[in-house]
Amino acid sequence: MPEEKNNTPAETGKDFNRRDFFVKLGLGSLSIAAAGTAAFSYQFLSPNVLYEPSPIVNAGRPENYAVDSVTIDVNSGIYLVHAQEGFFALSAVCTHLGCLTAWKPELGIIACPCHGSKFKRDGEKIEGPAPKPLPWLQTWISDEGDLMVDRSITIRSMQFVRV
Amino acid sequence: MAKTIASYFDELRGTRVWRSVFRSGTGSSTLHRALAVQQNVFLHLFSTKVRTRMLSFSTTWYLGTLTFGTFLLLVVTGIPLMFYYHPSVPQAYADTKDLEFVVSSGLFLRNLHRWSAHAMVFLVFAHMFKVFYRGAYRPPREFNWVIGVILLLITLLLSYTGYLLPWDQLAFWAITVGSNIASAVPVMGNKVHFLMLGGNVVNANALLRFYVLHCMILPLVAILFVAVHFWRIRKDGGLYSHQSEPQTVTAGPVPAAAKGGQFQ
Repeated sequence: MPEEKNNTPAETGKDFNRRDFFVKLGLGSLSIAAAGTAAFSYQFLSPNVLYEPSPIVNAGRPENYAVDSVTIDVNSGIYLVHAQEGFFALSAVCTHLGCLTAWKPELGIIACPCHGSKFKRDGEKIEGPAPKPLPWLQTWISDEGDLMVDRSITIRSMQFVRV
Repeated sequence: MAKTIASYFDELRGTRVWRSVFRSGTGSSTLHRALAVQQNVFLHLFSTKVRTRMLSFSTTWYLGTLTFGTFLLLVVTGIPLMFYYHPSVPQAYADTKDLEFVVSSGLFLRNLHRWSAHAMVFLVFAHMFKVFYRGAYRPPREFNWVIGVILLLITLLLSYTGYLLPWDQLAFWAITVGSNIASAVPVMGNKVHFLMLGGNVVNANALLRFYVLHCMILPLVAILFVAVHFWRIRKDGGLYSHQSEPQTVTAGPVPAAAKGGQFQ
């Protein structure tokens, strides 16, 4: 057909003809659509609202915790420690793979049942595969005088709360 | 003349209804047998002719077939389990208990599902080792080896996602540990962890995601790749046999004669 002949690159001297243009246009639109679908899928699969327990935990009255005691709250995964220097809260979730650790009062250490990591009472690692110490958590006294812990905020260690 | 059972079957195969379903027709000639395989949507994945030696136990130990058998068993036992199991936090554990103690044959179905799952993981590895040590992964079958590796990963993911569903302590901590391993992925580890669980901790979203993956997405993907895996056996020249292979593997295009006969 004469029309097609006119469109061949050799005769028109152009880099691509009409068919190549439409092929590129089609592939380009499909690529954009695919990228958009990927982005929308990612957004769809990431929940915007979580019905998870609040990170802020009310640990009750400070006088419930004897001096030199370590108390675990298994539901929130925190230790409430009443040291000589004051109160602090420690995450009870092992920094290795997320198991719940346990306080061993007879040994005075925190031990993880999954892969054998051991920690001191202040969270420092003694041995095992855990890459980091157990983090200290933001702790304060509420207006009502209750001990409060925010599990989502880690703080530098050795920051005690005095009552 | 007394009619034998075989003659009744021949009569049945001659009826119009039978002929409308199975078009290869009656008769037991080589052509009819070949057509019976070639014209069946399931069987046409396979070769129409195989050497008797290939079907002997020692060639493959039937490991691939046994793996597929456990997969079918898992589908057949898994679907009835879905009738009693709710993938929700308050109900999942109680439903699992009910399946064991209340539902008729529930204990049998659940245990069959569980043991088949263990057997499938074992058989997949055994199949892989057998293929490896026989050298059956070598060209022209290297792509089918890759499909096999994908199927191994799907099997492990099916096993892993199914592990959470009883929603007991074992399940919860196994998935906690497993999903934390996923967050070791460089750069986007935490995002992978969040997407996988649909949250920061193993909770209702994680249970539902694992349920959908376990009962819907992964089995469908598995069936797709199993079909390609079977079809490639035929396309790659049938089951591997040391004696039937050419002495040297030449680079470049394979001559038409070496690709096998018409039925390959």
